Amino acid sequence: MRVDDILQFGFRSISGTPSRTWLMLLAMAIGVGSVMVLTALGEGARRYVTSEFSQLGTNLLVVLPGRSETTGGAPPIMGETPRDLTLNDAMALTRNRSIERVAPIAVGSAPVSFRQLEREVNILGSTHDLLPVRQLELSLGKFLPAGDPNRGAAVAVLGSKLKKELFRNHKALGQWIRISDRRFRVIGVLKARGQSLGTDMSDIAVIPVASAQSLFNTTSLFRILVQARSRDSIPQASKAILKTISERHDGEDDVTVITQDAMLSTFDDIFLALTMTVAGIAAISLAVAGILIMNVMLVAVSQRTSEIGLLKALGSPGRQILHLFLMEASLLSLSGAIIGVGVAFGGIWGLEQLFPEFPLSIPIWAFLAAVTVAIGTGLLFGVLPARRAAALDPVTALAGR
Amino acid sequence: MIKLEGISREFQVGDETVHALNQVDLQLTRGDYYSIMGPSGSGKSTLLNILGLLDRPNAGRYWLDDIDTTSLAEEQRAKVRRNKIGFVFQAFHLVPRLTAAENVELPMTLAGIDPHERKQRVHSALEPLGLLDRANHRPDQLSGGQRQRVAIARATIMQPTILLADEPTGNLDKASSRDVIETLELLNSKGLILLVVTHDPEIGRRAKHSIRMEDGAIIDTSGNRP
Repeated sequence: MRVDDILQFGFRSISGTPSRTWLMLLAMAIGVGSVMVLTALGEGARRYVTSEFSQLGTNLLVVLPGRSETTGGAPPIMGETPRDLTLNDAMALTRNRSIERVAPIAVGSAPVSFRQLEREVNILGSTHDLLPVRQLELSLGKFLPAGDPNRGAAVAVLGSKLKKELFRNHKALGQWIRISDRRFRVIGVLKARGQSLGTDMSDIAVIPVASAQSLFNTTSLFRILVQARSRDSIPQASKAILKTISERHDGEDDVTVITQDAMLSTFDDIFLALTMTVAGIAAISLAVAGILIMNVMLVAVSQRTSEIGLLKALGSPGRQILHLFLMEASLLSLSGAIIGVGVAFGGIWGLEQLFPEFPLSIPIWAFLAAVTVAIGTGLLFGVLPARRAAALDPVTALAGR
Repeated sequence: MIKLEGISREFQVGDETVHALNQVDLQLTRGDYYSIMGPSGSGKSTLLNILGLLDRPNAGRYWLDDIDTTSLAEEQRAKVRRNKIGFVFQAFHLVPRLTAAENVELPMTLAGIDPHERKQRVHSALEPLGLLDRANHRPDQLSGGQRQRVAIARATIMQPTILLADEPTGNLDKASSRDVIETLELLNSKGLILLVVTHDPEIGRRAKHSIRMEDGAIIDTSGNRP
């Protein structure tokens, strides 16, 4: 029998029972579609987190007080009582060749007021270098002045939201605001830039680190951000930081250095595992669709018993009947897969309209895997009914029993 | 040319062994026209199934155009069936989703014959039966007589040696029955061996020879017409 005739015969028989065919196509389409949409969501989450991390800055290392015993990227949960990180520790790091910039960070929360308006926000104490290290951008004015970090000037840079809350559309630059009980002059406003790892960079005030320390009456730092000279010098910088701090802390390793790469690859791994898990769950629906195809093909074989008997009487060998039924099963699963792919792309498009910021895309491996598995299950589950059809006894089959 | 020699067929029904055919001998040559009659369970259908290579005898030999079919494998039997045997059934057995022309074309499609040749042969098979204007109708749009004549066209499209008709008029009214029988006889007159199983004595008498069967054996073969 010619291949085009087998194809046409299969097509005619699946289009001969439209409702049954549509049900099967629906099952297959849902299976394929859900695998693709769910992997796209998982992949999107991974990309989202990755891009959040890269927004932090390039070649970034974070120095935290306290030592975690475990190695890896996680911040310390349990640790010894650490010695505080001080501003001098931070300044000592700048002398290393592998380190480009250092931004010490002191954090606290305080009320910020302008005339009658007051707002409780996070106050970030840092230096001039925070701007390049965190890749912040200004919409107005200047950032903190360079100079001796131990000298705290009474100047502040406001986040975009804070500026709007305090000043509405009025001019903020040059105005004096009050943070807690001290007066600061506004010298710049940050550009609006969404959430960054949970910290809303628009609802903060940035002041010189020394001013922050005196405001919160502390000498310790929340953390130190370090920018390595290049990607290759990150491990070297990490070693240098540990060595320098340990020298300054009487030989005790009491800080943790997190590299951005380590964080990134950890999250990458987590989200890949997550994606695989949801894809696996969705794959169950593909298997269910396959079983449904088998079920319906078995019904088709028993409903078409007399037709199979006729084909045998007309001189069709068992092998040919096997091929005919396998062709039907694969046509069904192939069309189901195509509809599923369409549904998946449609669904992704819809989600993109709803959440434009979330990076969604179907990974090519998910696309190929879903379609291959769909056709594979169709064929696999088509074999049993097809074999049953091929093995039918023509006399019994013709009698319609 | 067909020759049966000592054909026996047994079925196991529960503990009992039923002898559906018992040592049947039969010889048919080109242009023969036989009717097979007998009560239910006399072995008519079993004989037809064995002649049609749908069933295998337990004993005996069956030559079809000098091929010893009893020694053939299933695949080869299917090929012999396709090329040398035509079937006409009481229930027509047309494929409901295919048109009349496609039903007639089906054996050639299964045999892998070139589509262009198939169309020509379908045309020349439907024309003498007066079914050309019905070629694109599906079976449910045809009358019983038309359906059976489409089935006859399908059975003879591969130019078989023998045509086996199992109660071909069983589902038809008188007028359609005559049409169908005349169509069969027309084909027989061109050399096709025709074997009709029937309950209808009138149709049985039309055949040149009548075979009476009882309990799995041929008890009488008579010539009806000179």
